Amino acid sequence: MRGRLRPWLEERLPLAGLIETLRHKTVPHHRYSVWYYFGGMTLFLFGIQVGTGALLLLYYRPSANEAYESIQFIVTHVPFGWLVRSIHAWAANLMVVCAFAHLFSVLFLHAYRRPRELTWVSGVVLLLLTLAFGFTGYLLPWNDVSYFATRVGTDIPATVPAAGDFIVRFLRGGDDVTGATLTRLFGFHVAILPALATMLVALHLLLVQRHGMSLPPSVEQRAAKDPAAIRAMPFLPHFLLRDLFAWTLVLALLAALATFYPWELGTKADPFAPAPAGIRPEWYFLWAFQALKYMPPRVAGIDGEFLAVALMGAGAVAALLLPLVAGRTPRSRQIVVWVGLFTVVFMAAMTWLALTGSAP
Amino acid sequence: MPRHPTVGSGASEIRPARRSVLNWLLATWGGGILASILYPIARYLAPPDIPEAPSLSVSAGGASTLRPNSGRVVPFGSRPAIVLRTPGGELRAFTAICTHLDCTVQYRSDLQRIWCACHNGEYDLNGRNVAGPPPRPLEAYDVNVKDDEIVISRRS
Repeated sequence: MRGRLRPWLEERLPLAGLIETLRHKTVPHHRYSVWYYFGGMTLFLFGIQVGTGALLLLYYRPSANEAYESIQFIVTHVPFGWLVRSIHAWAANLMVVCAFAHLFSVLFLHAYRRPRELTWVSGVVLLLLTLAFGFTGYLLPWNDVSYFATRVGTDIPATVPAAGDFIVRFLRGGDDVTGATLTRLFGFHVAILPALATMLVALHLLLVQRHGMSLPPSVEQRAAKDPAAIRAMPFLPHFLLRDLFAWTLVLALLAALATFYPWELGTKADPFAPAPAGIRPEWYFLWAFQALKYMPPRVAGIDGEFLAVALMGAGAVAALLLPLVAGRTPRSRQIVVWVGLFTVVFMAAMTWLALTGSAP
Repeated sequence: MPRHPTVGSGASEIRPARRSVLNWLLATWGGGILASILYPIARYLAPPDIPEAPSLSVSAGGASTLRPNSGRVVPFGSRPAIVLRTPGGELRAFTAICTHLDCTVQYRSDLQRIWCACHNGEYDLNGRNVAGPPPRPLEAYDVNVKDDEIVISRRS
């Protein structure tokens, strides 16, 4: 039976070549190898988000009148509903952590260099999509903190000249944050963004497989002198088992966080109530939120808020274009490291200032 | 414990035993994780029972506005009921859910029958299935009129 099934399947589903390739694939083993695992962990968390998101969809109702109540129902009546929701919320946060760790490790190890420019660009877009997932998912419980945070967040593009009003209306589905916004962000969150992310993840993985793991410049130089100095391990099964081990750790951490610190639901949003104290976005937007607070109303005749938005936009564009302008010479790599360090320190400091509440 | 056939000597003698222990650990680990994921998902997928207050009687509108040889569908708890006035002037009420495939039935004054549009099923004015595919009669409810208000209730 098995003897005939295999050729039958191989003729219709030609995977032998792929398995053969994977069998010969190796992963370099050196002191920075640990950073190779963050991409896989981000992918694992993306899978968890797809799974738990699909489960939540079975009971969630995307309307202003029912959203909050349907989540109340999920966490109180549906067996393990509290767990599914908590894992979805916690995994979203861990995914942002892993994606940033992955991005900065690739940046500091200069893995964006030729021929991996498109891997880097697709990765940066995936990080932006991850943040968009966070932003659109934040409103879905329709509680007061997320309602006002979304009002603030969707109002920020209003400072963009000419197109500002249109962007705000586009994000809100109208002039205000209403049930229409909820339905719209829900559509982005469960249909448009997943479709885009799935395509980009496929491209990203394909590129990673085609190009293999990048060697940091220092290791590369050693390898150029003495190829035997760089050890490598087979992808199958050695690296894959290590990947699985990392995923198990993530899963264990996720289960512990979801069980011992279940995600709160808060109180239902009331559009006609004053904004409660302590309105803040998710922690990964806090640095931008804090930077906006420090911005004076006008800088050299330019609207301060617009200047901040323009600077962040320029930062995103610079991140996208990075492999096209840097990485070839040791000097340019040195600049990348300094700019990267400055970015990390700036984001960490702003986040810390926002968390400790020492805002002006 | 059975000794594994060995080819070499020394360290290689214990290899098969160690390999099988490792495989067993790996399988237990994987199986445990899989079970701890699949069990909550299976429980989650089964819709929870929502205890519903059994509605015993509901108002079905004014009696004087329901002319002879006509009927109306009214909510009875979470499900529809049909209340009708026979050509002879008598009020009757039934569940409005067709016993064939769960469609909601309606009153056909031209046929003087309760009719289901989905598969052309027909019930007479006593709720008996008389034509088409319905396998069973409609459940009948009690009808009372208080101050021109029709009240239908489940038969105890």
